[in-house]
Amino acid sequence: MRRFILRRLGFAVVSLFLLSVTIFFFVRVTGDPAVLLVEPGASQADLDAIRQQFGLDQSLPVQYGSFIAHLARGDFGQSFYYRTDVLELYLSRLPASLLLATVAMVFSLVIGLPTGIVAAVRVNGWWDSAGKIFALLGLSMPSFWVGLLMILFFSVYLGWLPSSGSGTLLHVLMPAFALGWYFAAAHMRLTRSSMLEVLGSEYVKLARLKGLPEALVIGKHAFKNALIPVLTLAGINLVLMVNVAVVVETVFAWPGVGRLLYEGIAFRDFPVVQATVLLGGAMIVTVNLIVDVLYAVIDPRIRYER
Amino acid sequence: MNGSRAAGLTLAWRFAAFRSEGFPLLPTLILLTLALVAIFANVITPYNPEIGSLGDRFHPPVWQAGGSAEHLLGTDHLGRDVLSRLIFGARVSMVVGFTAVIVAGLLGTGLGIVSGYLGGWVDQLIMRITDTWLALPALTFAIFLAAIVGPSEMNIVIILAAVYWTRYARVIRGEVLSLKERDFVRLAIVAGCSKRTIMRRHILPNVLNSAIVLATLMLGVVIVTEASLSFLGVGVPPPKPAWGLMLADGKKGLMAGYWWLTVLPGCCIVLMVLAANLLGDWLRVKLDPQLRQL
Repeated sequence: MRRFILRRLGFAVVSLFLLSVTIFFFVRVTGDPAVLLVEPGASQADLDAIRQQFGLDQSLPVQYGSFIAHLARGDFGQSFYYRTDVLELYLSRLPASLLLATVAMVFSLVIGLPTGIVAAVRVNGWWDSAGKIFALLGLSMPSFWVGLLMILFFSVYLGWLPSSGSGTLLHVLMPAFALGWYFAAAHMRLTRSSMLEVLGSEYVKLARLKGLPEALVIGKHAFKNALIPVLTLAGINLVLMVNVAVVVETVFAWPGVGRLLYEGIAFRDFPVVQATVLLGGAMIVTVNLIVDVLYAVIDPRIRYER
Repeated sequence: MNGSRAAGLTLAWRFAAFRSEGFPLLPTLILLTLALVAIFANVITPYNPEIGSLGDRFHPPVWQAGGSAEHLLGTDHLGRDVLSRLIFGARVSMVVGFTAVIVAGLLGTGLGIVSGYLGGWVDQLIMRITDTWLALPALTFAIFLAAIVGPSEMNIVIILAAVYWTRYARVIRGEVLSLKERDFVRLAIVAGCSKRTIMRRHILPNVLNSAIVLATLMLGVVIVTEASLSFLGVGVPPPKPAWGLMLADGKKGLMAGYWWLTVLPGCCIVLMVLAANLLGDWLRVKLDPQLRQL
């Protein structure tokens, strides 16, 4: 067990290392990073000062070392636009993102779980086909377009919901639905296949043989076990939602980390862009590690895999 | 005579099987139509998509009160003809989508074959990079790259290829791992073929099917990503008529109820992505039994 955890921990560290190298590499190779790191319209003296400060006149390995040293101290630089520490800025935006992701997750599960179960119980029936069409639409309709359509319908025509901003519970509904839309399709598909697998298993047959009502077989015996992979995916997706909400947050002017990333691009605020991508990647690597370890704790067979 | 009858039966049977597997006629037609529209965009568009007249701003489509037959699908905030922009937008989506999918496919398939066949540290290196890049959300990664290199159509293709090659590499490598244990590869080794020859002549043809299926399935993803980047202002630069860019412009008239600027470009995106996904799903089942559970 300890060997397994150490091994996975090693993988995670390698991943983080490669992530930082990737970011570092692209910034250095695709142009003069000093130009990205100074404010637009800065003078030559400012450029030289930045080169000095970040050691851009040194060799690449030395540069990478100082890049990592800064990151390790939690120093992601200063935002040009907000004039504050980037890490602080990021953390101040995180709660809004988490709220949005949580509500989006509730939407996606409320839609995805029942449709997935019905599709599995009535496999190849009318409901199953409807579910397939829904899943296909979920994958094909860009979430930000869903958001725009909702603004048009609920804000412009009906006037029920505020079109942008934050503050009340009503504000979170539309962006959360737009964000949860895509994931609802993913959760529906996994619930369906997971239910199908469980419904074909021996203990479900036994439950039926001993004369349990079908509703109990499905609700109690099958659903509970089919839920495990779905909840695992949901856990990973919650973190993913925080990091892919850029476009939805932009549409609804939602003040989360995605909006921060967008502002970073719009204001040419490069330290913000770099920090958001790095922290997002680190978050996902960490969650994958946690899920792997938890799986190994639950299922001993995984520990002995290669 | 018996033989020919049997052959006729087989032919009929094969035709029936072809039909019953549901050849996606509609999606194919949609993609073909979009391709034709994209190719002949400058012949069929009534107006220049990049130049409008400010006197004709926000005209509604022809069937709505205030609309005219001059602008069948209305005009946008600069008085540009929406239909003309949608048609040229098809060209942008097609060119960017197909080029990106092909470039990513070449890169990913190549690296997947090398990684799977050579094994060892090469394999470790390529797969670690693949894992790390797959961990990054594609859109965030693409935005990051776009923020560095700046907006242009050429850059978008490079960015999309750089982000999406990993999907190919992962799947193709898995196939190569099982292919290289097969007898025909072993015989090729015994016959003295070089590693390069084996990879090119024996492995590559056997993974092409999977690469094509993946490419079709990736087309939809790539088009949505391109639209998202353009919507955020880091994709295709204005005034080029890209669908994502049109949605960004359309948002300016959204609160005033100019629905056609938001609904129509989105419909085009969904139509194309849906068609690509349906075709990809069918190809997956048809060409590549190994990918069915994907």
